[in-house]
Amino acid sequence: MKSQAIHFGLAVVIVCLLSACAGDVSGIVQPRTYSDANVASGRRLIASYGCGSCHSIPGIPGADALAAPPLNHFGERSYIAGLLPNNWEKLIKWIQNPQQIKPGTAMPNLGVKEDEAKDIAAYLYHQPTIGELFSR
Amino acid sequence: MKHRLCRYGTLVFTLLFLTSCSTVPISPSRTPSALDPQGPAAAKLAELWWVMLAFGTAILVLVIVLLFAALRRSRRATSETAPNSSDGDVGRNWLILGGIALPLIVIGIVFVYSVYTLAAVENPLAPPAVKIEVVGRRWWWEVKYPDQGVTTANEIHLPIGVPVQVQLQSADVIHSFWVPELHGKMDLIPTRINYLTLQSDQTGVYRGVCAEFCGLQHAHMGFMVVAQSNDDFNDWLNAQQQDAATPTDDTAKRGQQVFVSAGCVFCHTVRGLDDKEIDRSGVDLGPDLTHLSSRLTIAGASLTQNKGNLAGWIIDVDHVKPGSLMPSMNLNSQDLQSLLAYLATLR
Repeated sequence: MKSQAIHFGLAVVIVCLLSACAGDVSGIVQPRTYSDANVASGRRLIASYGCGSCHSIPGIPGADALAAPPLNHFGERSYIAGLLPNNWEKLIKWIQNPQQIKPGTAMPNLGVKEDEAKDIAAYLYHQPTIGELFSR
Repeated sequence: MKHRLCRYGTLVFTLLFLTSCSTVPISPSRTPSALDPQGPAAAKLAELWWVMLAFGTAILVLVIVLLFAALRRSRRATSETAPNSSDGDVGRNWLILGGIALPLIVIGIVFVYSVYTLAAVENPLAPPAVKIEVVGRRWWWEVKYPDQGVTTANEIHLPIGVPVQVQLQSADVIHSFWVPELHGKMDLIPTRINYLTLQSDQTGVYRGVCAEFCGLQHAHMGFMVVAQSNDDFNDWLNAQQQDAATPTDDTAKRGQQVFVSAGCVFCHTVRGLDDKEIDRSGVDLGPDLTHLSSRLTIAGASLTQNKGNLAGWIIDVDHVKPGSLMPSMNLNSQDLQSLLAYLATLR
C-alpha cells in the first residue's frame, strides 16, 4: 500500500517535470520576420561559402564536419562562439566579422556581406527547436 | 508468386532510390553525362551507344513478340490434332535463322561499327595542338604542360576546337581518366604510358572522374576540365607560368612563414618561394600550390576552392578525405588565419 503511494507520487512528479519541458522555454531566440526565400538563399550561401567544411549543419549536403561546433538547434544555443548572447543582431555581425569580434578565433572572415549574413542567420534560426520537434 | 513480385518491386525501388542518392556534396558540377557529348570523340561514342541501344531494343521486342506467338500457337496445338511431320523442319529453320544467322548478322554489324568507332576515336584527324601530361595519384591528378613549363593539379585547361593530347601515367595504382562529355575512359597503368586525345568544341567546364577503383578515396578523385577560347587559354598559360608573387601585407607574410615552418613546404611546391634547402626527394608529393587560388576546386575536386573550404580542409583533412596522405594540420587559430591569407595570394 505504502509502495503504491510512492509509485503514484513519483509518477506525478515525472509528469509535472515532463510537462514543464513542453512549454515555452525561455532563452529561445524570438523569430524575426523572414521569408522562405531568405531561408533558401541562406542554405545556398552556407553551401557556397564552405561553412560545412568545419561545421555540421542539418540540411546542408556534406556539412558533417567536426572541426568547429555543430550548428543544429541553433536558435536554442545560449551563446555564439562562447562569447556573444545568441540573437539576430549579434549573429549577423558575427558571421560577417568573427576575427574582429573575437580576435584569435579559428573562424576566418569569409567576406560575407550583410544581406548574405541575414539570410544565413534566417537559415540557422529556421531549424526547428527541440521543443518544436517534440510537439509535432 | 506474389512473394516474388514483392521482391522484384523492392529491388526496383531500391535501385531507383540508390540512383537518386548519387550526389556529390558541395562540389561544383552539373552531372556529367556521356550522352551529352561536347567533342568529336564523345559524339562518336554516344552515337555508338544509341545504335547499340536501338539494336538491343529491336531484338528484345522481336523476342517478346515471338514468345507470345509461340505461347498462342502451343495452346492451339494442344487443343487440335497432333502436329504433322513438317513441323520439325519449321522448328529447325527457326533455330538456324533466329539462333545462328540473325545473331551473327547483328553481332557482326555491332562489332564492325565498334571497331570503326574505336579507330575513329583513337586517330584524330589533326596533330595535337597542345600536349598535357597527367599523373594519377592517390587521390588527385597532377597536370603538367611540359612545353610551357606549367604544373597544376586537378584542373585541365584546353583551347576549344583543336585536339589536345593527354599523356596518362600513374604514380601508384591503376586509375582511369574519364571526362564523360569529351571522351571514353582510359586507364592509367603503373609502368605504362597511355594516350588520349581530348577535344571540346564548346567552351565550358566539365567534370572528370577516376573511373577505376583505386582505394579509399576513389570517389573523391575528380578533376575539372575548362575548355576556353584560344585567347583565354593563352592568358591562363601565361598566368600559370609566373612564379608566385611575394606577399606584401603582414598577415600574408606571416602566413608564408607558417607555410614553411608548419611543414607544408615539404610536400607542396610554391614556385618562387625560397625553399632551396628543402629536400623533397623520396617524398610522395602533394599538388603544386603556386596558383592555388586560381583553381576552381581543392582536394581532388571534392570541394569548391574558397577560404571556408580551405580552412576546413587544412585543419581536418581526415574528415573530408579519410586516408588522404595529407595530415590534418594542428595549427593555432592565428596561424590558420595567416596561412589562409597567404594561400589567397597564390593567384
